[in-house]
Amino acid sequence: MSLLVVQNIGKSFRGLKAVSDASFEIPEGAINALIGPNGAGKTTIFNVIAGVFSPDAGKISFQGKEIQGLRPDQICAAGIGRTFQIVKPFAGLSVLDNVMVGGFLRERTAAGSREVARTILKKLDLHGKANLPASSLTLPDRKRLEVARALATRPRLLLLDEVMAGLRPTECDLMIEVFRGLARSEGLTILLIEHVMRAVMALAQHVGVLHHGVVIARGTPAEIVRNPAVLECYLGEETEI
Amino acid sequence: MRREFLLLGILAIALIAFPAFAGPYALSVATLILYFAYTGQAWNVMMGFAGQLSLGHSLYVGVAAYVAGGLFYHLGLGPWAGLWLAVLACVAFGLLIGFLAFRFGISGVYFALLTIAFAEFTRIGFDHLDWTGGPGGMFLKVAQRDTWDLLNFRGPPLMYYYAILFLAAAALALCAWLLKSKAGYYWQAIRENEEAAQALGINTFRWKMLAVALSAAMTAVSGVFFAFYYNNLFPEQIFNISRSIEIILGPIIGGIGTLFGPILGAAVLTLLSDGLTDGLAALGWEIPGIKQVFYGVVLLAVVIFLPNGIWPFISKKLKL
Repeated sequence: MSLLVVQNIGKSFRGLKAVSDASFEIPEGAINALIGPNGAGKTTIFNVIAGVFSPDAGKISFQGKEIQGLRPDQICAAGIGRTFQIVKPFAGLSVLDNVMVGGFLRERTAAGSREVARTILKKLDLHGKANLPASSLTLPDRKRLEVARALATRPRLLLLDEVMAGLRPTECDLMIEVFRGLARSEGLTILLIEHVMRAVMALAQHVGVLHHGVVIARGTPAEIVRNPAVLECYLGEETEI
Repeated sequence: MRREFLLLGILAIALIAFPAFAGPYALSVATLILYFAYTGQAWNVMMGFAGQLSLGHSLYVGVAAYVAGGLFYHLGLGPWAGLWLAVLACVAFGLLIGFLAFRFGISGVYFALLTIAFAEFTRIGFDHLDWTGGPGGMFLKVAQRDTWDLLNFRGPPLMYYYAILFLAAAALALCAWLLKSKAGYYWQAIRENEEAAQALGINTFRWKMLAVALSAAMTAVSGVFFAFYYNNLFPEQIFNISRSIEIILGPIIGGIGTLFGPILGAAVLTLLSDGLTDGLAALGWEIPGIKQVFYGVVLLAVVIFLPNGIWPFISKKLKL
């Protein structure tokens, strides 16, 4: 059964159609990617799923329940975690405290939340920086903190908005390993928006391509990179992967 | 952490023993410091923890003072019963302001303006309320200075000193506990980045309302204390915006969002400003408004040299 079903979603901003009639499904345990040029509507789709915007049209169901129009905190409580493309750390708090905020969603006590947070920080190789203020982190670390915080809410589905952008290839590979591990060990389902094709090729089992708010192609990564429509609008004719 | 507790223990013993060595004037200054330490702590819950700037906390002091004072004056209802009604009234006001602001997305400076507006409206309302004496004020019967009438909260200055010492200590303990609990984490998350907080499953509306309600309730207690300590209430004074500013100066100078900032800020401000006025008076200079000028200078100095407040600077030096 599909964990997330997006049906005919449409969203306009003052008449400008950011997303129109987008539909896709994500099976339980899958890692899928959404790619497309800048302004294609990827982040808008994320924000609609995550409850930041309610869609003008269409339905979204998660675990069989309709969730469109719910508030972001309700979406998170339902089991969808998300990261922000432009990272939003709680700058004044320590790295550990940042992650603990997420942990409190399923843990009542500070001790319980701290334990969840420490485990996740270890997984993401951030535990050495647990007591530093989040404001002192470098961009790659902030990206990892975004992921750690979202994971602390124990999501079933994780929405990753360009977490690989700005990462060096080795750092990118570490993240890829983390996500693969989570998908394998905890059955976490992941939907990623990504420009870094290296990560998309390595992680995604299924890719959707968005252009001008419309899904123009879908398939396995290998199929996508050969799709003429995708090459024309996004990857470019001479792309070497 | 151990040193922190040690210092706190020494401070507690010193404050408990203080009246044995202090004259009536020193006792009144200490009472004032603790009063501002307490109200500063209450304000800090809203601004320091949850990031919601209130510039109208005199509203809660005034409403609570008038509710408890009025019930005592007219109906002889003791402050222990009046206290609950005062807290209830203030929480209702706080929730109304919070609902109007948070429901309709008013935040930051505009939220602060709303809090000022409510304090001002209420002041004007009380100016026209005959039940509380209108602008002429309301006067509670002056306390018997020689007996401790705990039931009616009437007694010598010493009783008020210990009462406000207890309140300040209780507020500190409550805030220390809150900061380490889910509420503290959630409030700070909202303060730092509301959108990210919401994405982590925090119902920001509800938690902001809780911060406002708690801050209002705590401030209400200080309002009841105010009524029974000073015995006379004038809308023009108690709801005045300068009263709200007095409440927030302590935590700002001491360190917003810290536990000891409000206490330290209250002590520094009260001691220095009273010392300054007294010093000048001893020299034969009576300068009206010098206190306000002084507040301004201290605020400027802290903003320029210690933008996080005095406490973070000191705690770093002491390695607490």
